[in-house]
Amino acid sequence: MMRHLISATDLTRDDAVLILDTAEELARVADRPIKKLPTLRGRTVVNLFFEDSTRTRISFEAAAKRLSADVINFSAKGSSVSKGESLKDTALTLEAMGADAVVIRHHDSGAPHRLATSGWIGGSVVNAGDGTHEHPTQALLDAFTLRRRLVGGASGGTGADLSGRRVTIVGDILHSRVARSNVHLLTTLGAEVTVVAPPTLLPIGVDHWPCEVSYDLDAVLPKSDAVMMLRVQRERMNAAYFPTEREYARRYGLHGARMARMPEHAVVMPPGPMNRGMEITAEVADSPRCTAVEQVSGGVSVRMAVLYLLLGGAPAAPARLTENLGDRA
Amino acid sequence: MDSDTPAPARSVMEAPDIARALTRIAHEIVERAKGADDVVLLGIPTRGVFLAGRLAGKLREITGHPVPVGSLDITMYRDDLRLRPARALARTEIPGDGVDGRLVVLVDDVLFSGRTIRAALDALGDIGRPRAVQLAVLVDRGHRELPIRADYVGKNIPTSLRETVRVLLTEEDGRDGVLLGVRERAPSGER
Repeated sequence: MMRHLISATDLTRDDAVLILDTAEELARVADRPIKKLPTLRGRTVVNLFFEDSTRTRISFEAAAKRLSADVINFSAKGSSVSKGESLKDTALTLEAMGADAVVIRHHDSGAPHRLATSGWIGGSVVNAGDGTHEHPTQALLDAFTLRRRLVGGASGGTGADLSGRRVTIVGDILHSRVARSNVHLLTTLGAEVTVVAPPTLLPIGVDHWPCEVSYDLDAVLPKSDAVMMLRVQRERMNAAYFPTEREYARRYGLHGARMARMPEHAVVMPPGPMNRGMEITAEVADSPRCTAVEQVSGGVSVRMAVLYLLLGGAPAAPARLTENLGDRA
Repeated sequence: MDSDTPAPARSVMEAPDIARALTRIAHEIVERAKGADDVVLLGIPTRGVFLAGRLAGKLREITGHPVPVGSLDITMYRDDLRLRPARALARTEIPGDGVDGRLVVLVDDVLFSGRTIRAALDALGDIGRPRAVQLAVLVDRGHRELPIRADYVGKNIPTSLRETVRVLLTEEDGRDGVLLGVRERAPSGER
């Protein structure tokens, strides 16, 4: 792992397991009377959000604060961005303020990469979702939840990956940065991934992704250890991708009868935010197989782990993280 | 437990020495705590955890009742985090009844600069408020950089800064022993 986290493909298997293990230890901080660690004291984390987000932003904010970092929230609405300021000028402002890390969400794919490689800022860049490209911390959070549920044990599966687990990702793959990050990360961790969607909602080039493609949800469900439902992103849909919402829900929605076809141990990962009745029925959303609530606390732990591993050590360490683990004193 | 030991290392403690030292420390804990009724042992990873486990076994033999034992990872509280790449974390496991109002005995393998113990005291302060905190170490090698001392010492080993002290424990290293070696490069101010 390097200075930035832009894409799930940046992570090796060992990097990813290290992040999950670190998150597992940091999750315990939430059970203590003082839910705070002094590790990032005096460091500044900027949440730079050009796109609306509730859970990701507060998750990063809570994570940074639990590590004692100073947090500056910057949203495009009501800032000089709405007056036409460019990404570069915003970045230079943040650099002048001494940002040690910038957590960026942007409506354009590639904005975090531009920020990280342009030389505009010296700190770390964490991609919190860019356009239809990637959302690596969400994928890490999904992997964290899957490892806890499927590998499990009292220790939450510390040290383990997801070898041999079958994960099915259903829905709007075309517009989903979460799907892209998950396909890469879960494959890196050894899982077998299948994406299921109507042909119109699959991106060009999906056949080069390291996953299987299917159009038939019912055929895949009995072989799935986990089913990840994606939100139909109406706000990104500028054409008719499927005839009616009802037809989509009938073919690709998850309801009680479909859930019954899944193996006993299999879990359902709902979209966040979810449209009840569209991708998922209330019956499924409220069932104990559904991971909605633990995803929230897990999100803080995973983002703490990412911030700690990027910022906690020596500044701008050139070596890969995992090479330095042998000699911890 | 420095790992860079090029020169042949000299054994300064063997398995029976370690066992005897731990037995003596266990008796000292019982003596000073007047029965060890409210003692909680917290080992500092990695090897302190195993030593704490062994001490708990001996305390149980002496007092006849089980002594709560756990681990306290201090990584997030270290003062040298910025000097090296981010480290992996170890497990913090606080026994069920917590540490509030109890006598906490921190257990580590080697006491050197005292910085680890400083970090452990900070970490402990975020977990609860013990009645008192004491420190047990297998080896005290001197060279303190902070006003910290151990309450129970297995063996005092006077060393030079060029020397390394390596504690081996069966649970982690396959055998018990303490090795004194000489490091090739100059001391970097670690620990």
